[in-house]
Amino acid sequence: MTDTTTISSGHKTVTGTGVKRREDRRLLTGEGKFLDDLNFSEFLEAAIVRSTVAHARVRSIDVSGAIDLPGVAGVYTAGDLEELLQNLPPKVVHPDMSHRVRFPIVLDEACYVGEIIAVVVAENRRIAEDAVDLVIVDYEPLPVVASTASALDKDGPIAHLDAPDNVCVHITQKAGDPDGALLSAPHVLSETFVISRGGGHSMEGRAVAARFDEVAGELTVWDATQAPHYARQMLAVFYEMTEDQIRVIAPEDVGGGFGPKAQFYGEEVLIPFLAKKLGRPIKWIEDRWENFVSSAPERTQTHRMSVGFDDEGKLIVIKDIFEHDQGAYCLGLQVPSITMSTLPGPYKIANIHSELFSCYTNMVPTSSLRGAGRPQAVYVMERMMDRIAEHLGIAPEEVRRRNLIQADEFPYAVGLLFRDGSPLTYDSGNYPGLLEKAESRIDLSAFRDRQIRERKEGRFLGVGIGMCVEGTGLGPYEGARVRLTNFGRIMLTLAAAPQGQGYQTVYAQLAADALNLDMDVIDVRHGDTGNIPFGQGTFGSRVTANAAPAVVDACTQLKGDLVKAASMLLGVPVDQIELSGTGAFVVDDPERTMSLLEITRAFNVGRHGIAVKPGSPVGLERTAYFTPERAAYSSSINICVVEVDPETGMVELLRSVLVHDCGTVLNPLLVDGQVYGGFAHGVGNALYEEMHFDESGQPQTVSYLDYALPGALELVTPELVDQETPSPLNPLGVKGVGESGTIPTPAAIANAVEDALRPFGARFNRLPITPMRVLDALGVLD
Amino acid sequence: MTEQEQITTDLHPLHLTVNGKDVDSVLDSRISLADFLRHELRLTGTHLGCEQGSCGACTVIVDGVAVRSCLMFAVQLNGSTVETVESLCVDGQLSRLQQAFHEEHALQCGFCTSGFLMSLTAHLREHQVTNDQEAREALSGNICRCTGYAGMVKALLAVGDGESTTQ
Amino acid sequence: MKPRYFEYHQPTSIDDVLELLSEYGDEAKILAGGQSLIPMLNFRIASPAHLIDINGVAGLDQLNLTPEGVQIGATARQRTVENAPEIALSYPLVRRALVQVAHPQIRNRGTFCGSVAHADASAELPSVVLALGAQIIARSSRGERTIPAKDFFEFHLVTALSADELVVEIQLPPLAAGSNGTYVEIARRAGDFALAGVAAQAVIDEGGTVQSLRMACSGVGPVPQLLEEAAQLAIGSDLSDELLLEIDNIVRTTIDPPDDVHASANYRRVVTGTVVRRALKQLRDESGSNHD
Repeated sequence: MTDTTTISSGHKTVTGTGVKRREDRRLLTGEGKFLDDLNFSEFLEAAIVRSTVAHARVRSIDVSGAIDLPGVAGVYTAGDLEELLQNLPPKVVHPDMSHRVRFPIVLDEACYVGEIIAVVVAENRRIAEDAVDLVIVDYEPLPVVASTASALDKDGPIAHLDAPDNVCVHITQKAGDPDGALLSAPHVLSETFVISRGGGHSMEGRAVAARFDEVAGELTVWDATQAPHYARQMLAVFYEMTEDQIRVIAPEDVGGGFGPKAQFYGEEVLIPFLAKKLGRPIKWIEDRWENFVSSAPERTQTHRMSVGFDDEGKLIVIKDIFEHDQGAYCLGLQVPSITMSTLPGPYKIANIHSELFSCYTNMVPTSSLRGAGRPQAVYVMERMMDRIAEHLGIAPEEVRRRNLIQADEFPYAVGLLFRDGSPLTYDSGNYPGLLEKAESRIDLSAFRDRQIRERKEGRFLGVGIGMCVEGTGLGPYEGARVRLTNFGRIMLTLAAAPQGQGYQTVYAQLAADALNLDMDVIDVRHGDTGNIPFGQGTFGSRVTANAAPAVVDACTQLKGDLVKAASMLLGVPVDQIELSGTGAFVVDDPERTMSLLEITRAFNVGRHGIAVKPGSPVGLERTAYFTPERAAYSSSINICVVEVDPETGMVELLRSVLVHDCGTVLNPLLVDGQVYGGFAHGVGNALYEEMHFDESGQPQTVSYLDYALPGALELVTPELVDQETPSPLNPLGVKGVGESGTIPTPAAIANAVEDALRPFGARFNRLPITPMRVLDALGVLD
Repeated sequence: MTEQEQITTDLHPLHLTVNGKDVDSVLDSRISLADFLRHELRLTGTHLGCEQGSCGACTVIVDGVAVRSCLMFAVQLNGSTVETVESLCVDGQLSRLQQAFHEEHALQCGFCTSGFLMSLTAHLREHQVTNDQEAREALSGNICRCTGYAGMVKALLAVGDGESTTQ
Repeated sequence: MKPRYFEYHQPTSIDDVLELLSEYGDEAKILAGGQSLIPMLNFRIASPAHLIDINGVAGLDQLNLTPEGVQIGATARQRTVENAPEIALSYPLVRRALVQVAHPQIRNRGTFCGSVAHADASAELPSVVLALGAQIIARSSRGERTIPAKDFFEFHLVTALSADELVVEIQLPPLAAGSNGTYVEIARRAGDFALAGVAAQAVIDEGGTVQSLRMACSGVGPVPQLLEEAAQLAIGSDLSDELLLEIDNIVRTTIDPPDDVHASANYRRVVTGTVVRRALKQLRDESGSNHD
C-alpha cells in the first residue's frame, strides 16, 4: 500500500550526523555471523603442521601415523599439491627488488617458524590437531637470520639457500641537495632509533572455509579477509579458473582486520583446493598461537636519522637511512615505501634524503598494520623535532610552528613519491590549525608550571607532541552497485568488506541523501564477489575516499532512473517528480505519489510476457566505480601527558589531546570510534607491544601472557578536537581516518617520557618504552 | 566403540541449564564449555579469542559468576546454570547495558563484545560503577582491539547506578 | 588449540580421589580451578592421560577462620577468600595479593590451593603462603602429612608433593595481635604476572619498632624466595627511610633473578628492592596510623 505521507514529507539530510550503527543489534545479542559460525553438517576441519625451525632443509615428512588416525580424512604436503607450487607474489614491488619465491606450502626449505609444512583434514579440530602431533618432520637446520642487523652483515648468515645476500631492495629518494645542505647547515643532530615488531591482533584470527559445487563447477570460499576480490583474483590464477567460477565471501561480520587480513596467505590457497579435492566443505580457523607465528606483523625498523637546521630551528635538511625487516618473504614493499614518504610530515624541508635497506630474515613475513610504516617515520621525525627544541632551548611546539606548511600553501609538493606511485603532493590541510587547537586544549603553559611543582614533590610528569600527515584513500578504485529490489527496497552493494567500521550504517546514510529516500528503505551488503564483480578491499584508510564517491555516483544515477520511472507511471514530466521517503511524488500535487514497490513491480518484476513502453527504465540497477587521481592526505596531532616512576620505570598515561583532520566527516560517531581505537594501538606500540625472537629465530611471545595488549586500565580516552579541511580530490571532500589515532601516538608518548625524565637526561630511542628500558635509560641497571 | 576410537574420545553424560533451558548431552571430556556452547548448542555468540583465558572474548556466567568458557570443560558443568550473551535480550528488548553499548558506540567488529557484556553483566549485579577508574577496572579483564574502550567506559557509567540491568 | 585426549574422572569423595591418584600417579593431574592447568592443556604443553576433577568432592571448599588460624580447602575459590570480610580484616596480605592475581573472571574459578600447588615462580600466592609460614596439608592413600610452605616449593612448577598426593587444605597460622601484611608488585599491566613482587607480614609495636617480619618475593628465581637477611635487618628497627634504602640494597644483592623477555635480571633485582622498600614503608605508615 502506498502511504502518501511517508513519501512526500520531504527528505532530511543524514550524512554528517552521528547515526547509531545498524550493525550493533546482531552483535550485541550474539547473532553476529562470523566465519566460524558457519555450520554445514558435512564440514571437515583443518589443522596445520607448521615449521618448528626458523631455517631448515626439510629432509622428509612422515605422515603415516597421522593418516592412520581414525577421523582423519587426509594429510597433505607439497608433494601431494604440486599444482599449487606457484609463487604468492608481493603486492607492491620495485624494479630493483630481489625476489624470494613464496609457495603456499614448504617444498623443501622452511624459512621461518610457523611456515606451512602440511595440512591435516579431519572430522573435527581436536582430531586434526592430534594428527598434527603425529606428523614427523626431519629438519636439517640451516644458519638463521634473526635480526635486520644480522641480515645486513656481509659476513652473516643468509636467510635463503641459493640467495647471494639478504637484501630485498635498496632504494633512495632525494629532494634538493641533502648532502650539500648537511655540510652547510649551522646545526646537525644525528640519532639512531629502533622500532620493535608488533602485531595486528584482531580478536578474531584469520579463517577460511570452502565448498565446491560440482554440478555448477563453482567454488565458494568464505574468507575472514579485508580484500575478498583480491583473494578471488589470486585464487583464479592459482586454480586456473575464471573469476566467475570462484566466489569469495567475507562474512557479514569479520572480527577486526588492522592490516594482516588484507594479505594473502598459503591457507587461502590450500583450504579451498582441498575442499574441491575431497568433495567436502572444509573450515580452517586460525588459533591464537598460529596468529602469532603466521599472520603478518609489522613495525621493525632501525633508523639512522640526521637533521640540519638553522639557529631559529628551521629545518634545512633531513637524511634518514633505515633498515626494514620484510621477514622470510616479501609480501610487498608497501610499508617501507610509506615510511620513506611519511618522514617529512607537515614540515617544509627543502632537502630530503630517504634511504631504505629492506632485507630478508628468518622470521614471519611482515606487512601492513594499522599505521603501515607511518608511525615509525613520524616517531623518527617527531623525536628529532624535540631534540632540535632541546638543542636550541626553544619550546617544542614553537620549533614545529616555525616549520609547518601553511594553510595557503596547498597543494604542496614534497618532492618525493608516495606508495601509490604518484608525486607526494598534499591535497589540503591546515597544520597550524591542528597545533593551535591542540595547544589551547591542553594548555601547555599551565602544564609546565605544574610539571615544575610536581618535580619538587618527586613526581615526574612530561608532555609530548606527535604531528603527522598521512596518505589515505589510495586507488585504484572502489565500486558500488545499487538496485531497486523486487520488494521495493534499495539494495546497496559494496565491493569493500568491513571489519567493524560500520559500512552498513554510513553508506546507508550517503545513499539516503543521494537518492533522497529514507535510510530505512536502504539495505547495505558487502564483501561478496558474487554480488559485484570488481573491488580492491579495505586497507590503507582508503575505502571512504574511494567507495563513498562511488556510492553517491551509483545512487545519483539510480535516482535519475527512478524519477524517469515515476514520471512514466504518473504521466507527468520528469521535472515534476521528486523522490522522498519511500517513493516519488508530483511536485505540484504532492498527494500524487508512486511508491518504490509500484515502480519495481512495473519495471523490475514486470509482467511475464507483457510489453512495456519503449525506453522504459527496466532493470533498475546502477554500478559505479570511483578512481581517485592520487592519495588524499589526512593529518593529526596528539599531545600526551604521562607520569613516569623513575624507581620502577612504569609509565602512566594521564591525558591525550588528539586533533585530526580527515576532511568532510560523514558520521562523527564512527570517525571518533576509529580515532579512539587507533590511539589504543599506538599506545600499545609506544609502551607495551613487542614480539621477541631468540637468536635461533624462535618466537618468544606467542600468547597474551607474553605479548601485552593494552587494556582499559592502561588507556585514557583521548580528548578529540575536530578540524575539517575537505579534500579537492573527490566530490565529497573525504579522506581516511582509520589510522589517524595510531600514527602520531608513539612519537607523542616517547617525547612525553623523555620530557618527564629530562632532569636525568635520559634518552629513549627504542620502542616500546618498557619499564626495563626506562630504568636502563636512567642508568640504574648498570 | 572400537579400540581405536577410544584414543580420541572420552564420553560423559551431562545435564545443565543454559539460558533457562535444560540441556542433556553426552560429550567428549576434552570439549571446552566454549566449544560446547558454540558447536553443540549452536549458541555462537560466545567467541574464542585466545583459548588460554587472557582475552575474555569467551566470558560467560556460570552459577552467577563470570568465567572464561575456554578454561572449563563442558563435562564439568553437570548441574550448573549457564548464561550466555544470547540470554541478555528478553522479548526483543535489549538490556540496559546492551542499549548503552549501542548508544555510546561501544563496539566495532563485535567479536569481543559478548565477553565484555557477560563480564559487565555479572559485575553490575554486585557493584556500582560511578567513575572512570571503576569503569576501567570492571573492563580490565577483557581485551578489545577496535574501540580503545572509550565507548565502553561511557556505556558503563551510563548504567552503573545500581539499577537493574536486565531491562 | 585443543587439548590432547585425556580420561576424565569425577570422584565424589576424597578417598576416591586418592585411589585414582594412587592408581595413575604421574599420569594424572588434579583439576581444581583449572585456570593455570587448562591453558597448558589447550597449548598441549601438558597432556596428562587422566584428569581428576575434585570439584565434585563435598567438603573441600571450606574457608574456616578459627583461633588456630585459617583453613582453606582445596576447592575454595580465590574469589571466596578475597571476598571474606574476616580475611580482609585479619589477613590483609592475602586480600591485597589476591586482587592482583589475574582478573576477577579468573579468580571466580581459580582456587587458592591450586595456585599454590601449581607453584608458578612468578605467581603471587606462593610468596604469600611462604611469608605467612602457612602449612600445606597433603593427603594420599598412604596417609596425611603437613608440609611447611618453606619446604613446599622445589622449582618452577615443581613441589614437594608426591605424584599420589592431593593438597586438601592450606592452613594459615594465627597472627599475633597487631600483625599486618601487604603485597606490593610491579606488573606491565593490571593482572599480569609480576615483574617483581613481595609479600610482607610484620608486627610493628606501638613504639614503631619491628617485632617480627617475614618477606617473600615472586619472580626472582625458580621458587618464591624468603628475604631473611633483609628481614633481620628490619627487625628491631623503626624502619627509618635510611634503613629502608639499606634494605633495598641488601635485597638487590641477595637475589639472583633470571633474564626473560619481560625484564632483565638487573631490572628484577633493582625493582624487587624497590617493592620491598615500598611494602615496608606501607607497613610502617599503617602502623603509625593505627596508633594515631
